Amino acid sequence: MTTVLERPRATSAASPPKRRYGERPSIAYLFLSPWAAGAVLLTLGPMLWLLYLSFTEYDLFTAPRWVGLDNYVRMLTVDPHFWNAVRATAKFVLISVPVQLVAALGVAILINRHSRMQGFYRSAFYAPSLLGASVSVALVWRVIFHDWIGHPDRALLALVLLAVWQFGAPMVIFLAGLQQIPQEYYDAAAVDGAGPWRAFLKITVPMLSPVIFFNLVLDTIRAFQVFTGAYVVSNGTGGPSDSTLFYTLYLYEKGFVEFKMGYASAMSWFLLLVIALITGLLFRTAKGWVFYSGDES
Amino acid sequence: MTGRLRLAGWHLAVALLLIPLLYPIAWLAFASFKSGSEIVQSLALLPQEYILDNYRALSDDLAGVPVWQFFVNSTVVATGCAIANIASCSLAAYAFARLRFRLRGVLFAFTLATIMLPVHIITIPQYSLFQKLGMVDTFWPLILPKLLATDAFFIFLMVQFMRTIPRELDEAARLDGCGSIRIFRSVVLPLVRPALVTTAIFTFIWTWNDFFTQLIYLSSPENLTLPLALRLFIDTTDHNAFGPMLALSALAIVPILLFFAAFQRLLVEGFATSGLKG
Repeated sequence: MTTVLERPRATSAASPPKRRYGERPSIAYLFLSPWAAGAVLLTLGPMLWLLYLSFTEYDLFTAPRWVGLDNYVRMLTVDPHFWNAVRATAKFVLISVPVQLVAALGVAILINRHSRMQGFYRSAFYAPSLLGASVSVALVWRVIFHDWIGHPDRALLALVLLAVWQFGAPMVIFLAGLQQIPQEYYDAAAVDGAGPWRAFLKITVPMLSPVIFFNLVLDTIRAFQVFTGAYVVSNGTGGPSDSTLFYTLYLYEKGFVEFKMGYASAMSWFLLLVIALITGLLFRTAKGWVFYSGDES
Repeated sequence: MTGRLRLAGWHLAVALLLIPLLYPIAWLAFASFKSGSEIVQSLALLPQEYILDNYRALSDDLAGVPVWQFFVNSTVVATGCAIANIASCSLAAYAFARLRFRLRGVLFAFTLATIMLPVHIITIPQYSLFQKLGMVDTFWPLILPKLLATDAFFIFLMVQFMRTIPRELDEAARLDGCGSIRIFRSVVLPLVRPALVTTAIFTFIWTWNDFFTQLIYLSSPENLTLPLALRLFIDTTDHNAFGPMLALSALAIVPILLFFAAFQRLLVEGFATSGLKG
């Protein structure tokens, strides 16, 4: 049998309803007009403007001056901080995302049990996700880990901990996914003599794979965007020795502290390409391990 | 008997995980009553001596502006964004969920893709646009994008919710002679209230916490929001400033905790189901 694996996103765009009543489609455009204005003026337009700016030298106050590939060349071949930023971000993403997802899945499995307290526990684990992006918590981190933030490796570790601390967001998504797995599967496995570990590998993981995939993609993209913690903990410098110079922080520094908008635009496009590439790769690998119910193979 | 023991063990295991997890928040609450020197010297939870000086210090101006002004600014921005998101996203969501128009699938896919677009990437051109409009150092660059439905996550959330409404309801209303606008207002909106509330609270909290965008756009002391006011403390190496810094940090998360306490079920479930149908 064939396994049809659509990209998960595509399933959301359902087939259009049949047109049963003779209403003008123009009414739809009325509803869509704020969204359309936003899409054109604040998303698509700016992306093109950004592409143009990335080939210029621009300081916000004088007109952009065309410099060709200069920004990209300097960025990729001359600027050591750029590569430091790439390295710091890559390290952060590669460590924080897997650790956070494992913690999230572990806790979701732990609290997935009939109990009056489950709702409370779920909320308690989720709470850090609502607070974690705040300057308040970043300042707490700065004080609590104040012995660590002078040391390059440990400063990054403190930020990884801050990210992992917010595992409640993927956890509640895992939990909702777990609750959709029919109990009969586990009962049947138990009858066949499968232990909990085998049941986990043979039932939980495949049944949960679309949710794992969803969390993996969103968390990876989220990790690329972390800014507040790095800014607050390093005092906006990305130090010590660029160890917490996250890409977004360096982008901010170039664009809004040094007003090198052309250069920062080139950095933005580079980030966009990297994220698109990684997301594309993740979708590629998904064919091998993500199973959607309904297409049993 | 073993069942009971197992259950107790389960509660114990969960509690052992929750304690370190919630420690930083509890620590912040208590540390705001500690003296500056005690804050740097120990990570103990309870103060040796409770003092109110940190909170009293907040009655002084910060950067020449009374501290309550930062609360007002944050409230205005977060409330404005919440209202804007409800209005614009529900309009767009209704069109995507119920109406027919050309390229609907493509446009919806585009909207979903923008959920994954990092805000930092389009900040530079947007900034240059708002600068030309003379809106830098006002609240408009923060609120206007929400009025134009750029928060695709909430469109998605509402579309998911609207799809659960039986189509028969719309059709009955249509047979009664209602147009789309009437149906939207009188049938759909009341039924998706939970999604609207979820949108409002999430937008409020996320905007309240947002640092990056506010850092870029707001600069005059009287326009600063709470995250930016807290930033004023970052440079300080003076231990005496640590107390007021943590007192303001604690006050700044109170609204989030209150919203969360009041709407936790709605928030957690709204967030969880958005992931499932992705």
